[in-house]
Amino acid sequence: MLDEFLLTPNQYQNLLEGTWVTVQVILGSFALGTLMSLIMGVARLSDRRWVRGWALVYIEFARGISAIILLFIMFFAIPILFGLGGMSPMLAGILALGLNMGAYGAEVVRGAIQAVPRGQTEASIALNLTDGQRLRHVVLPQAIPIILPPYGNLTIEVLKGTALVALISLTDITRVMLVMRQNRVLSDDPVNVPFLFINGLIIYLILAQIVAQLFKLAERRTAKKFGSV
Amino acid sequence: MSQIEYADVIPRGAAAVEMRQVTKAFGELVVLNQLDLDVDPGEVVVIIGPSGSGKTTILRVVMTLERIDEGYIKIGERQLYHEEKKGELVRASEKHIRTVRSDISMVFQHFNLFPHMSARENVMLAPIKVKALSQDEADEKAKALLDRVGLGDKLDHRPSELSGGQKQRVAIARSLAMEPRVMLFDEVTSALDPELVGEVLNVLRELAASGDMTMLLVTHEMGFASEMADRVLMFDRGRVLEQGAPDKIFKDPDHERTKSFLKAVLSH
Amino acid sequence: MPAKWDWEYAWEITPALAEGMVLIVIATLLGMLIAVVLGLFLALGRRSDKRWISYPFAWFIEFVRSTPLLVQLFFLYYALPQIEAIPRSISTFPALTTLVVALGVHYACYCSEAYRAGINSVPKGQWEASTSLNLKATTTWRQVILPQAIPRALPPLGNYFVAMFKDAPQGSAITVAGVLFVARAFQSADFRPVEPVIVAGILFLMVSIPAAMSVRRLERRVAYESD
Repeated sequence: MLDEFLLTPNQYQNLLEGTWVTVQVILGSFALGTLMSLIMGVARLSDRRWVRGWALVYIEFARGISAIILLFIMFFAIPILFGLGGMSPMLAGILALGLNMGAYGAEVVRGAIQAVPRGQTEASIALNLTDGQRLRHVVLPQAIPIILPPYGNLTIEVLKGTALVALISLTDITRVMLVMRQNRVLSDDPVNVPFLFINGLIIYLILAQIVAQLFKLAERRTAKKFGSV
Repeated sequence: MSQIEYADVIPRGAAAVEMRQVTKAFGELVVLNQLDLDVDPGEVVVIIGPSGSGKTTILRVVMTLERIDEGYIKIGERQLYHEEKKGELVRASEKHIRTVRSDISMVFQHFNLFPHMSARENVMLAPIKVKALSQDEADEKAKALLDRVGLGDKLDHRPSELSGGQKQRVAIARSLAMEPRVMLFDEVTSALDPELVGEVLNVLRELAASGDMTMLLVTHEMGFASEMADRVLMFDRGRVLEQGAPDKIFKDPDHERTKSFLKAVLSH
Repeated sequence: MPAKWDWEYAWEITPALAEGMVLIVIATLLGMLIAVVLGLFLALGRRSDKRWISYPFAWFIEFVRSTPLLVQLFFLYYALPQIEAIPRSISTFPALTTLVVALGVHYACYCSEAYRAGINSVPKGQWEASTSLNLKATTTWRQVILPQAIPRALPPLGNYFVAMFKDAPQGSAITVAGVLFVARAFQSADFRPVEPVIVAGILFLMVSIPAAMSVRRLERRVAYESD
């Protein structure tokens, strides 16, 4: 039974190439998403009303519009509306998923900053630190342990979201599976569809576990910084 | 951008802190009611009174943790919340407030040390970031100050590894590192176990005895007050009820309210 | 050179897209129905004292939560019919049913976690009081535990409802005629790639943002009442 469950080396090769594409998408989206989360999360707490307002608009919009519709807008509409002449599916995927992630991450960052005890802010004022210094040296370092657990979950959600790029023909894991399924009639090496999808699901599961372990590692490291209680 | 001019702010003769008609309300509740208060340079003033009387708020508006609704506050020759523009007093910019604030520092009831930094780093942070000291200069200064408060051997300990009394002494060293002219102490021993109170009071004693530091303390430590205070203020419902030398206030107060408050506090 | 944005065309296609939105809402409601019921079942299974029950439940929940809904959707639609062991009547559901089942099972795993958290947040004393009153297990669950656990689980459940709504358009990949499918149809039929997806996006925001605000209001109310 096991040797029926396993795919041929050639089929695994295809899946591996698809996995590499998925990894690129998640890395790019994570980078953009984290950048937006930090900027917008802090902006939500700004003293200036218009900064808060625009951050809120971004968050509501990028969250509310759902990743898949945002992806299609990014790929089909944006290039024409801005006269870009076209956009690579990889770029569209990273932009859509990254902006979507940033909206959710911004709320995590905001909540964490607000969870840092007020006394820390007051001590910083008493020491005459600027707002920027307070944020960088006092508040954010204490916010990070609070950010990490939900942020890890968010990253896994975005990893799952990368499967959507298959719908704009980017050859990630999902697209590879769809293509292999379609080609099985012509192929001299027809793939067993249920096993194909199960193998694909397992690859995603492994990637998700890797992300989870990385975040657990980060959580342990930052817990050390605060010293044992 | 982060460097501030540290001119000699408080020339001889001027009050270190001057508060006039200061009013502060939280919604309907008026916490400071047209308060007038002067503190001389080097003076040690202790504020006592029932909880809810607003005495902590006095410290907080001087430290700009709360903003005043009416009146003004001067630190030395300079207005804290106002600027002079073409001979008129207008609401000050944040930049101006920051400049004047550099002469004030505060020690909190719950220490508010930075938990992710060692004692040494806690003391070093602000001098490096705000006064642009070099790493080495700040380090030397931190060592000296922590020595002075008796924690020379705890330089690299995290706050979580220190007792309450030790934490508070680090907090005092941290404030001293900014070389303020006015220091505010908000019930700094109230959160401590009784046997740790003494070590903090010793540091405060030394500070008060030097005569250099203008100190405003809100505290329940009447013994300390009668020993070290130049003046004691009885604060009640947003106003100064009475003030005078410690002997006068503690032994022979004018007001009934003061008498009953002292009776309640001193009877345990 | 056709214009970048044609207002008339956008108006023209809006009714069909709105109909597609209705289908998305229906799919979400049906999917949520499955998710909240199945989720409770999964939660109870996960809590079982017997490891040979709780472990498989835990593995299943973890597996479904860690893998993409889209792939699970494809699995149900493309792979199930290929498994000879399953009777054709079950494995060849129409696309909408497949979508609803996929959404329901996927989000049941999330809902089970919400239920678990709610159940765990009921103070231990409640269990002890029930034991001392000699209540049957079913009575304890029905009259004491669940009435306290479920209100606490409502805000996360509300969030999952909104999340499911945002995932439902993935049905377009298996021909469910929701808003996105209709949009893509317009795109290829009329050779206008811009208006369909933009109008779809606007319609979507018009539903998802108020829904999210209502959930937040619910969250605040529950937090207020539990103090």
